[in-house]
Amino acid sequence: MINILEVNETNKMIEQEKLDVRTITLGISLLDCCDADLDTLNRNIYDKITRLARDLVSTGREIELDYGIPIVNTRISVTPIALVAGRACRSPEDFVAVAETLDRAARDTGVNFLGGYSAIVSKGMTPTDEALIRSIPAALAATGRVCSSVNIGSTKTGINMDAVKLMGEIVRETAEATKENNSLGCTKLVVFCNAPDDNPFMAGAFHGVSEGDAVINVGVSGPGVIKNALEGVRGENFEVLCETVKRTAFKVTRAGQLVAQEASERLGIPFGIVDLSLAPTPSVGDSVAGILEEMGLESVGAPGTTAALALLNDQVKKGGIMASSFVGGLSGAFIPVSEDRGMIDAVNRGALTIEKLEAMTCVCSVGLDMIAIPGDTPASTISGIIADEAAIGMINHKTTAVRLIPVIGKDIGETVEYGGLLGHAPVQRVNRFGCADFINRGGRIPAPIHSFKN
Amino acid sequence: MPEEINTIQGQESMSKTIITVVGKDAVGIIAKVCTYLADNQVNVEDISQTIVQGYFTMMMIVDTGGSTKPYAAMVTELDELGDAIGVNIRCQREDIFTKMHRI
Repeated sequence: MINILEVNETNKMIEQEKLDVRTITLGISLLDCCDADLDTLNRNIYDKITRLARDLVSTGREIELDYGIPIVNTRISVTPIALVAGRACRSPEDFVAVAETLDRAARDTGVNFLGGYSAIVSKGMTPTDEALIRSIPAALAATGRVCSSVNIGSTKTGINMDAVKLMGEIVRETAEATKENNSLGCTKLVVFCNAPDDNPFMAGAFHGVSEGDAVINVGVSGPGVIKNALEGVRGENFEVLCETVKRTAFKVTRAGQLVAQEASERLGIPFGIVDLSLAPTPSVGDSVAGILEEMGLESVGAPGTTAALALLNDQVKKGGIMASSFVGGLSGAFIPVSEDRGMIDAVNRGALTIEKLEAMTCVCSVGLDMIAIPGDTPASTISGIIADEAAIGMINHKTTAVRLIPVIGKDIGETVEYGGLLGHAPVQRVNRFGCADFINRGGRIPAPIHSFKN
Repeated sequence: MPEEINTIQGQESMSKTIITVVGKDAVGIIAKVCTYLADNQVNVEDISQTIVQGYFTMMMIVDTGGSTKPYAAMVTELDELGDAIGVNIRCQREDIFTKMHRI
């Protein structure tokens, strides 16, 4: 029993409020591709990816046509390459060759990004992990579609501060290696704490070892839909506000669940999870900042922002959980700066600082995301920011991440343009006081106590 | 037609499709859409219409089970037909609506 008003509501969400399925991500295990010979390894990887993902893009288009809902991206995530390439790769150059194979497989299957050029080093680093990490700048400079992530800590293991120190240097080297393109390489590099195994969103997607051979994960979106729903309850109390977010999140997620099940059935690959995240884009009306401002903030970044984001995140989860049989990934609101017009405006008007963004990451789904910083920011300062985010994740049992772009040759007040989904970013001020002696200590921060919560 | 809501007793079927036509009211819109559907052996099970914010809005529940036309081709051709008449025609499988509005 469906009526014309309900049909209109759905189509209005799609046409005017930019409801879409942000990504269908095919997770592929590459563990069975391992080989001691580099050429054989590369061939195995290419063959497996192109075999399983052969129909991925065309299936996405079919579903889009059938239901009239845009599917913005189709993507692939693979087993962290540090686990796959260890026997064959003896130098960073060997790893770059694997990255190039991944890039070729991504291009030939038609997906726009492939994630999993990754290492999980939350407690310690093997020589292979370290070699992969050291190859990241060259790999991201040599490829266009490959995304990289490194998990440097978790609630169970604590924080690997050696890896944190190294990643500060790697982020800088990646910026240098891609300085001709506004340090674009850094937009494809995420440093995680508590990275999930089933995240469908880039740049942090990888196919974790707890996963099966292949799996379909779907990321939904819809900040514009939530904002529009909230416009109808201006001035109402928090009960009404929360209820409205929850109801809307339910509807958005149901669309994602339907697409996930359809993709799974048509491709013959098991359905994994729906990621409930609200993912903004730079286009008008598709902004998470816009939702927060609709709640009553003069600008995102104003006092009240963290509370507004906390309730948004929680209600999205409450509405979304019931709409999907399996929820996973990052699930929450993303607060990237360059990809969200409202965030960019807030930075430009001086309302939003990195420190406030850091506070917001305590209650949202990821972390300091797509933030351009001055190109002369020291590696130890980047490591310090990574350590701060990781500490928030570790103590609060949540995923946190850092995707900073030290834009070589640019300083505060300038803007970098990436185009498309990546948007543009004003270069933001970073605290100029140093933390090198803290970062240079080396070793690990122990896992936190799980009781005496205060 | 005034703000009347027609509710349709839908049966669960994979081949059910919702066609929506939105635009300025004009003579012959329904006839043209129905002619296209009849030519392609698509059975119209129900039609309802209303005016939303001044726009003529029609919803048809159709069964494409008897049609030999590929679904994607039908979506494209109806879109082109809409352009020719000056209205927006969408063709979507029913599931997207039932999943979103029913528990």
